[in-house]
Amino acid sequence: MNMKLNPFPMPTSIGPVAGAENWGDMYPYYTKVQPDDDKRFWFYNSMHFSEPMSAFDMITAEAAYHAMGAYVNRVFAFPTGKGIDYRCINGRIYISANVASDPAEIQERLDIFRRRAGHYYENWNDIYSKWEGRMGQLIQDMNAIKIPELPAYEDEAVVTDSTGIAQNHFLRVAYHRTLELYSQMWHHHFEMLMLGYGAYVVFFQFCKQAFPEITDQTVARMVAGIDVLMFRPDDELKKLAKLAVELDLDKFFTTDGNPQVILPALEKHGATGQRWLAALAESRDPWFNISIGDGFYHYERSWNDDLAVPLSALPHYIEKVRKGDSLERPTETLKLERQRIIDEYRSLLPTDEEKAAFDQMLSVSHLVFPYVEDHKFYCEHWLTTAFFNKMRQFGDLLQRYELVDKQEDIFHLHHTEISQVLSNIMNSWAAGSPPSQPDYWQPIIKERRRMLKVLGEWQAPPAIGPMPGNIEDPALQMLWGITTETLHGWASVAAEGGNENEVRGYAASPGVVEGVARVLRSITDFGEIKEGDILVCPITHPSWGPLFSKIKAAVSDIGGTMSHMAIVAREYGMPAVVGTGDATKRIKSGQRLRVDGDTGVVTILE
Amino acid sequence: MSSAVASKHQPVLWFKELGIHDRPVAGGKGASLGEMTGAGLPIPPGFVVSTVAFNQWLQELDQRHSIRSRITALDKDNLPAIQQCTAEIRALIEHEPLSPQLHATIVGSYAELGAGHPVAVRSSATSEDSAEASFAGLQDTYLWVKSEAELISKIRSCWASLYSPESVSYRLRLNLPEAQLAMGVVVQRMVNSSCSGVMFTRSPTTGDRSVITIEGSWGLGSAVVSGEVTPDRFVINKVTREIRTRVVADKAIEHVPAEQGGVLEQEVSAERRKQCCLSDAQIHALVALGKKVEQHYGSPQDIEWALDQDGNILLLQSRPETVWASKERMAVAKPAARAFDHIFNVMGGVKK
Repeated sequence: MNMKLNPFPMPTSIGPVAGAENWGDMYPYYTKVQPDDDKRFWFYNSMHFSEPMSAFDMITAEAAYHAMGAYVNRVFAFPTGKGIDYRCINGRIYISANVASDPAEIQERLDIFRRRAGHYYENWNDIYSKWEGRMGQLIQDMNAIKIPELPAYEDEAVVTDSTGIAQNHFLRVAYHRTLELYSQMWHHHFEMLMLGYGAYVVFFQFCKQAFPEITDQTVARMVAGIDVLMFRPDDELKKLAKLAVELDLDKFFTTDGNPQVILPALEKHGATGQRWLAALAESRDPWFNISIGDGFYHYERSWNDDLAVPLSALPHYIEKVRKGDSLERPTETLKLERQRIIDEYRSLLPTDEEKAAFDQMLSVSHLVFPYVEDHKFYCEHWLTTAFFNKMRQFGDLLQRYELVDKQEDIFHLHHTEISQVLSNIMNSWAAGSPPSQPDYWQPIIKERRRMLKVLGEWQAPPAIGPMPGNIEDPALQMLWGITTETLHGWASVAAEGGNENEVRGYAASPGVVEGVARVLRSITDFGEIKEGDILVCPITHPSWGPLFSKIKAAVSDIGGTMSHMAIVAREYGMPAVVGTGDATKRIKSGQRLRVDGDTGVVTILE
Repeated sequence: MSSAVASKHQPVLWFKELGIHDRPVAGGKGASLGEMTGAGLPIPPGFVVSTVAFNQWLQELDQRHSIRSRITALDKDNLPAIQQCTAEIRALIEHEPLSPQLHATIVGSYAELGAGHPVAVRSSATSEDSAEASFAGLQDTYLWVKSEAELISKIRSCWASLYSPESVSYRLRLNLPEAQLAMGVVVQRMVNSSCSGVMFTRSPTTGDRSVITIEGSWGLGSAVVSGEVTPDRFVINKVTREIRTRVVADKAIEHVPAEQGGVLEQEVSAERRKQCCLSDAQIHALVALGKKVEQHYGSPQDIEWALDQDGNILLLQSRPETVWASKERMAVAKPAARAFDHIFNVMGGVKK
């Protein structure tokens, strides 16, 4: 293609952000752009990595892409899709997919794929139930990892049992074990996921051919299940709100949700307070192991880690219960409506053969749906928050040895750098001398914290490299909402600047409403949202659930028709436009918006 | 569906007495209006002057003027002769006095419909073959007919159109028997529509059966049907009821009833030109009716509709959609041995 017409910058042409010229020192050499990268198309994975990566959090990209590529390319041998390459540019993650194009190779891969994927589809529910068991075990194992105390003298048992190994050895073992279990989680994560997406893509494609004007969101409504785990934490909160009203405990719950005030007060309040606390304890395990984000960054803690997040949502629910509003999601109505849509589309197919094929494809989508939705709770939420908490224990150790100033500093070291620091500690303990160069990391960590702030302001281009003709990769289409049309949209905005009062994205949930915009970068700003606002945010996660009972429409920067926001908005029956790319940058809180969930257009009215 | 042909040999048949199988006696248009009336759809009331009436009248004329044998004797290539002969026959049909009985029946039915209320008079061809009907010029429509005398005259004009030079040449060329020639004439109460248009119960551009396309503009439907105005356009998902597309056009002209009868073209006032001619509630009501008609016939339909001055929706006509229906199409997919085999077919690029 003519490079002059290419709307996107070349990877090698992107310079450092002013004030963060040394950003590259945070990340390993193999994550950096190379000259040949200009021959490939990359796009910014803002859906998963919407903020610059701290040095340690880079492991989330590394481990995830190792596992995704392994499963797509080497385990199941998807016929045309191979693995994903990733690059770090100014702290952001760009990805590029490898594909197979030689017909002989595709045929060879198809034979393997048919056999191996067939085994999984055929035994899907059995494998999934074993999978849940394995994930439960993995989470237990992660929590059980013990970080050696490194006492003044070894335990007597080392001698009496003649174990032959001293504690400093186990420090490295514990660290490796922590990384190993995290990596294992990502392998489990991708074990079934891409097969799930494969089923979706096939059903989507059928619907598009049979009904050329069908929208993605309508297909998604036929596929989506009603009872999914990610609604559970929010449902637990609603249950707790009802119990609070029942026990007449309203006055204890304040919008700041401060657990240090609320929990002791309830404890002191006597039997009813204690009964409520017992219910809370039950909800917390496991349902509050939900991340306030998507579980990709160390600072996205779980509700259990930051109880203020769920507690601050309670007053609103309590108020609704008092007013007699139903907090229940209308699941029966939703089920009937889903069935009606399915039946009507089916009846419009002209032949019995096509009806039978439709039934088959939909049945596979329904088969995989629970896994595709529910794996997130186990993987990105429960295990990932446990993983980062385990790393905090290593952070405590580093702080004890005065190699860092505080626990959280550990997240500014790459996992290979932590290996070095641990080596330093292992030797210090053994030798009986202070750690070598104890002041080495503090200034570096300070500088990295500063650079991350600077990098956070960078407007990362959505795509780089030569624009491809078509995007056919199922994962890209389904997960990120990026299709050939999206690319052309980005390209035309890059070229012409677009209409400044119009933000375009995916029509994710039908309906048209007007209202006041509230731009929210994080769920911790929950308190800013007023009843009837239109939520504008980078992306929503399951822990944002409580917010949806307050807003009347939702707009996101990132996401496709099966994204969290799309699914929840359809559940609540409110319009949503997702995957706009830059709504949070172009829309300001307080502006009046019209959100058209039928066409995917958000108009800034003032 | 309504009862069979055999029982119907009255010269005038009311819509409510007719069904889709009555094409031989009422013509296609009349039978369809009868069918929809019977299905409980909002059809303006009316009756059909049946083929029985036409046959009676033609028989009378034939006895006096040997019409049929004169046509049969014509040379298909002698256009001047055809022109002269058909002009004479048309004059007979249009001016010879009707039998008093037939005249009384038609005028009586007109009174029952509401004498003085404007009506539309349309030819209703018995031929199944729409190409034949259109080639033979059997598409006469007279709007805003306001008196007994005018009504009778327009019915005769419809009948006479069977003896246009084009129609007769066509029959001669194809050797169609004169004895089987017949036509119905629909007499239907006019709707003074505030807004009207057409509706396809599938996408005219992609053939998608899950959408309904509505086009509408101010005034009488003739402006939309004749293509003299760019109508507002709506695409609605039949299943989810979402209005997917809404294009409000600049509607420069509209057709309104003329005082002296017939239709007048006038400019649309400035403030209405770019105003949407249908509310969402009206769109949804039209969609519901469109779905009902489609379900009744079991196939996608091409429907003419109108809103009267009080905003009531009326359907004026429905025909089976023919463009996409006649297209060859490949099945999108066939059932596979195992449900998940579809994934291998698609992911592996296997041709279906």
